[in-house]
Amino acid sequence: MTTPTKRDKPWLMRTYSGHSSAKASNELYRTNLSKGQTGLSVAFDLPTQTGYDSDHPLARGEVGKVGVPIGHIGDMETLFDQIPLGQMNTSMTINATAAWLLALYVAAAERQGASPAQLQGTTQNDILKEYLSRGTYIFPPAPSVRLITDIIAYTVKHIPKWNPTNICSYHLQEAGATPTQELAYALSTSIAILDAVRDSGQIGADDFEQVAGRISFFVNAGIRFIEECCKMRAFTQLWDKLTRERYEVQSEEMRRFRYGVQVNSLGLTEAQPENNVQRIVLEMLGITLSKNSRARALQLPAWNEALGLPRPWDQQWALRMQQVLAFETDLLEYGDIFDGSPVIAAKVKALVDGAEQEMARVQEQGGMVQAIESGYVKRQLVSSHTERMRAIERGDLKIVGLNCYKETEVSPLTGGVDSGIMKVDPRAEREQIERLNAFRAKRNSTEVKAALANLAETARSGANIMPASILCAHAGVTTGEWSQTLRDIFGEYRAPTGIDIPANDDTRSAKVVTIRSQVTQAGIELGRPLRLLIGKPGLDGHSNGAEQIAVKGRDVGFEIVYEGIRLTPEQIAKAALEEGVHLIGLSVLSGSHIEMVEDVFNQLDKVGLKGLPVVIGGIIPESDAQLLKDRGIAAVYTPKDIDMNGIMVDILNLIRKANDLKPVDPA
Amino acid sequence: MSRMALPDPAVLASAVSGRDRLALATALNLLDDRRPAARQCAAEFLDLLPAEKLDADGHLIGITGPPGAGKSSLTAALIQVWRQRGLKVAILAVDPSSPISGGALLGDRLRMHASGADREVFIRSLACRGEFGGLSAEVWPMSLAMLAAFDIVLVETVGVGQKEIDVSKMTDTTCFVAQPASGDSIQFLKAGIMEVPHVIVVNKEDIGMAARKTLSDLRNTLGRRTDADGWQAPALSASAALGSGIEALADALDAHRNWLLERGQFTARRQRCQAEWLVKHLREEFGRYGIHRLGGEDALFATLMGQPRRRSPIAEYEALRARVMQ
Repeated sequence: MTTPTKRDKPWLMRTYSGHSSAKASNELYRTNLSKGQTGLSVAFDLPTQTGYDSDHPLARGEVGKVGVPIGHIGDMETLFDQIPLGQMNTSMTINATAAWLLALYVAAAERQGASPAQLQGTTQNDILKEYLSRGTYIFPPAPSVRLITDIIAYTVKHIPKWNPTNICSYHLQEAGATPTQELAYALSTSIAILDAVRDSGQIGADDFEQVAGRISFFVNAGIRFIEECCKMRAFTQLWDKLTRERYEVQSEEMRRFRYGVQVNSLGLTEAQPENNVQRIVLEMLGITLSKNSRARALQLPAWNEALGLPRPWDQQWALRMQQVLAFETDLLEYGDIFDGSPVIAAKVKALVDGAEQEMARVQEQGGMVQAIESGYVKRQLVSSHTERMRAIERGDLKIVGLNCYKETEVSPLTGGVDSGIMKVDPRAEREQIERLNAFRAKRNSTEVKAALANLAETARSGANIMPASILCAHAGVTTGEWSQTLRDIFGEYRAPTGIDIPANDDTRSAKVVTIRSQVTQAGIELGRPLRLLIGKPGLDGHSNGAEQIAVKGRDVGFEIVYEGIRLTPEQIAKAALEEGVHLIGLSVLSGSHIEMVEDVFNQLDKVGLKGLPVVIGGIIPESDAQLLKDRGIAAVYTPKDIDMNGIMVDILNLIRKANDLKPVDPA
Repeated sequence: MSRMALPDPAVLASAVSGRDRLALATALNLLDDRRPAARQCAAEFLDLLPAEKLDADGHLIGITGPPGAGKSSLTAALIQVWRQRGLKVAILAVDPSSPISGGALLGDRLRMHASGADREVFIRSLACRGEFGGLSAEVWPMSLAMLAAFDIVLVETVGVGQKEIDVSKMTDTTCFVAQPASGDSIQFLKAGIMEVPHVIVVNKEDIGMAARKTLSDLRNTLGRRTDADGWQAPALSASAALGSGIEALADALDAHRNWLLERGQFTARRQRCQAEWLVKHLREEFGRYGIHRLGGEDALFATLMGQPRRRSPIAEYEALRARVMQ
């Protein structure tokens, strides 16, 4: 410890955070920075991500839940109060409304006295992956690609240190992608985007190298950390080859694969959640061990994410993990420790070859946009995820505490007054709406109208959307107004659900055959085949759970009505009535389950379906589960319920009970 | 919700005719119910629906075509046009069942009806349940219940090969959606193994050349051919994505209805639909033997067309069934 060794500079350390209000998030950011965090990573709430003001009916229950609500320049200024934007490095997880949030950021910086050229940071701005996972898209693919392109073209010229898009393989892994699929689909997305920028005519041939150099990626790292390390080396190789061969980028520096990471949330368990700490640490190794493909920026999830929203203390723990690795260990003192390893080289080659084959399949279909629109990519992901879930259910894929070594002492970490999670103050939504109304009352409505008219004109003409958006920001336009103007011109889109995959071998297993005959028998007793409506109310787009239940339900013989994400409670009640379903399954992961359930029950009453059994799945804390049951929910399922066959029998028995039939025994 | 409680058929029929949405949903559940008591109740319910609406009113339309041709998006665009014209629309969407599990993934409700909140649009999905040549047996009775409450009833089916057109036998007007750049439907038409639909539309005219070529091929193939009644089918092009050609498509469908009305064939067509359903249903249950027991197909059709249509197809079916079983 006495002789100073030359150490590499550590990666940017961030924590994905934001909640309740701009003011509360600002306090959190300043506390985090004082603890040694070196950059900011802003989480926006779902209304902000999907372009609604806090007082829009679809925003009910979602304001300030999974992130901070930013409705206008006033909120943006509050969010970065006393944080000099000219020096900060800020990552914003924002996609469909990325152009708008970047415009607000630029405007807020200008009001602080910083020029756009000084700004550093990242807009996620990968709308294509939103159609496959996460689900915060608004517009159809063509205008979405145009928005991405506009941001890239604008920042290359005016905010040269900005990373205009973070092409995401992160969410593909969360949706079930294998490492090969992650590589293939992320790189296919980058081709779609770079082609679009090239063909847009906004960038001259001389500046195209700059564009390639500004593209960065946002990657996931799972628990199989050797393979993940190899995946990152494969990414580096494939990106170098792609930019060199397809786009003729000469400069080696511009071809360098730059990426940030959030390690895997999908594999974190609700059962024995303290084990997530070692999972997170191991996952961090995969993307830091190899110097030649080390992450540029890292954010770690909190150990209790599968239980609910993390508290500041949980986030601090995640930050300290990074600091221990960077500052206590000798990791940053060595060159690449894997160069020359034949084992690593062979694994990397296998990943590269597999990814190139899948990329070729996507190109044969006309490219990534076409392969998304046809439902091809989503079906591949749903299939992979179904395989994974069945492997966990069978016990072939071991998860400690979940499907093996399940016995546990009572955890002291999840006790306590707050049950080990953070609760957003229920007053946050009302206060945010009050602030929004006050802001609206103060602004100059003539200026707002003119700015919106200019935005509409720009959207129609095909000119770059950024300057008009920055004018809107200064004029006091709201998030809902900016988005609605573009909705009116671009239209809205619904992505393929991908659940129309063929049945796999599991459907012939003895258990499934038994359940199927029980489902058929109940259909005979009740006169017609049993039907389920799987509904996702609210703005949350995490659809893995709903998709898995839909596919499994079909495989055990239910007739399934599933319409994808972002339904209103009114639409759900209407569908339940028109389709004559026997039970409704809701899926909510944003934390707004109480409000959603209340609204769905009200709507069911209205159409005359009082008493129809309703179950719910999602990230639902135990105290809320009881609350939901008290309000009439028949069953609550959370990530620790991995026995899909058991859930199916449970649902069957709830239908039997509602119709005065005796329950059947589990298969 | 109890399994024993069956609705009062008279109350239900009057509520359905009064456009009560909960009543229509209950009626569709009843028409799906295979228990003997429910069948009896359903038969009575259908008998009590207003005859004038079922025989001489509304418009029952079938829309079919290969998977991926864009039926749902065209349906969505048509719903918008019909709603602008003040018409109330019900949809029966037939989806395939899984051959292994018997389960099904149903409907593309939101693709057909984006806002999803309009009370004058009613969508029921049906699994074909591996029977009835890809067209669920409940389609005809359910169409009748919907006709009692809505102005337009549209049956959407996924068709494969020459079976694509089966829906035409149980609707007033059939619209076939052709896939640009796919010659299959043209070959089936040419060979005469696919019946000529009443309206043919090439969707996706926005993709340009391929759509124009398919349209001109179709027009050449159709030439001056007419269907058995003498109607000459128009071939149109449209784009659900751009919203172009949809008004013209709605007009063409309406023109066929008017043509049937002007020639006094409308009521006979509905009667023919019911006869087709009865014969198809009998053949499903008893095979050729059953039809033979009733004097053969031609004689059976002659009898069914020669007498006034019974309002309840289920009661009619049970009567015929009893004769086969004698």
